[in-house]
Amino acid sequence: MHQTNSKLRFRTKSVLTGWSFVLLAVILIFVFYFYPMLQALILSFQTGTGSNLTFTGFDNYSRLLSDKTFIVSVKNTFIYLLVQVPLMIILALFISVLLNDSKLRFKGFFRTAIFLPCVTSLVAYSVVFKYLFSGNGLVNTMLLKLHLVSAPIEWITDPFWAKITIILAITWRWTGYNMIFYLSALQNIDHSIYEAAKIDGASSSRQFFGITVPLLKPIILFTSITSTIGTLQLFDEVMNITKGGPGNATQTISQYIYNLSFKYAADFGYAATVSYSIVIMIALLSVIQFKVAGDKNG
Amino acid sequence: MAKSKRFFMYLFLSIAAIVSIFPFLWMVVSSTNQSVDVTRGRLLPGTHLLENLRKLLDTTDLQLSLMNSAKISITTTLLALLIASLAGYGFEVFRSRSKDIVFNILLLSMMIPFAALMIPLYRMFGQISNVFPWMGIDTMTSVILPTVTTAFLIFFFRQSTKMFPKELLEAGRMDGLSELGIFLRIYLPTMKTTYAAGAIITFMSSWNNYLWPLIVLQTPQTKTMPLLISTLGSGYAPDYGMIMIAIVIGTIPTALVFFVMQKQFVAGMIGSVK
Repeated sequence: MHQTNSKLRFRTKSVLTGWSFVLLAVILIFVFYFYPMLQALILSFQTGTGSNLTFTGFDNYSRLLSDKTFIVSVKNTFIYLLVQVPLMIILALFISVLLNDSKLRFKGFFRTAIFLPCVTSLVAYSVVFKYLFSGNGLVNTMLLKLHLVSAPIEWITDPFWAKITIILAITWRWTGYNMIFYLSALQNIDHSIYEAAKIDGASSSRQFFGITVPLLKPIILFTSITSTIGTLQLFDEVMNITKGGPGNATQTISQYIYNLSFKYAADFGYAATVSYSIVIMIALLSVIQFKVAGDKNG
Repeated sequence: MAKSKRFFMYLFLSIAAIVSIFPFLWMVVSSTNQSVDVTRGRLLPGTHLLENLRKLLDTTDLQLSLMNSAKISITTTLLALLIASLAGYGFEVFRSRSKDIVFNILLLSMMIPFAALMIPLYRMFGQISNVFPWMGIDTMTSVILPTVTTAFLIFFFRQSTKMFPKELLEAGRMDGLSELGIFLRIYLPTMKTTYAAGAIITFMSSWNNYLWPLIVLQTPQTKTMPLLISTLGSGYAPDYGMIMIAIVIGTIPTALVFFVMQKQFVAGMIGSVK
């Protein structure tokens, strides 16, 4: 009787030890992620300014559908997503395959150079890009000198070119970051697989699509999900390069939420509703990406 | 055929490297030039570095912002490493079904967009301000608390713990060390590269954090470097030389951390991808 008791006590003790290691992290994540998330959901059914809020059911959600600024912000965010994420992932994959070549010289230099943009803060590089691409900025000066254009391109003030500038900026900042993940994964692939493929006469593009892409699929899936989540939350760049302008031509959903809550009269309820639209989009897109990756597996 | 392929390879990588480096060069060169020369497209180093720096020190609270950023990032990094490594270790070493469920729930937090959290968090810290002003709006604590624990870092440490030799654990237990003792005296020293990689990731994201500090830090005395740079960059008649020196100074810490710890970073990343 005594023995089982002490055994039981020992087991409870070791279970408690295990939980005590993870407890602080679990509490902090619940308090600062899941609890606010629930609060935002409750807020999304309320309207009013500041802290004078009353429940109004689905009013905010029906307002979304007729809100032109919201629709423009969603459209802009999706343009960034559909153009920039594939562009960056293909570029990063291509560069990492080149860098993984065993005969390549100056490998360290190339890798460091291409990763370098990742050490800059989003705000800092955004300001640099804003000046480089301004009307009389260096990019236009160079294009004019090389006679590639006859008049300066309105990189910041034209609705079309402003989106291009944002896409170029994000691609500059994040390609090297994704490259590091691919390079790490590539180094884990056994080289003999490629040797065997070469003996069988597979071209480099066959090797790329037949060996590299399938083996890297989990990490490609991971980077495309994180990039998608990142792009859906895009804020720093747009805020500091174009401020969302001209008009609302480059405004993102996150920026609209910020404006609704902290720039105009604080409309926390409706802002929370807009923020839930991102939650739903992230959930949907992640499911789709998992499905797409899963199907090709089978 | 093979030769032209090689040539194309080097050409492509060289262009990529130049495009990546050029904005840095421009920013460093411009910080030594007068504003007019920057506008004219001058690409050579100038002699106005000190003058630009003086102007920056006179018009902004540079030292204060640097100190604020340093305090916040260093505290965040140290706390984040401690919390996440304890949890990552706990989830892996004391693995159980219920813990695996909790772990998977924590991972879901990676999908939550910050935009959905910022309003409730702002209101939460607004309420805290009424009771404990020292950790409410406009304090260092309010910046650190919501950002210090990330599921990503916990995941990162758990993945790396998978490679931690279990024999060392047993040896520690045989020697009569407590579970915390094993963690502190055996695990921590063996996992240096993981900690280094985690430190780089956390320090960089904390030093560069913009949106949350923008919302929660409201007085000039609490401004961090990204907020200072953003304010300078949004002026109507920008003094390019002066802004560029601010950006250079703001970038030095993260660049330094990266270059000093680059080897550990790559090693740590490879470990987590395995």
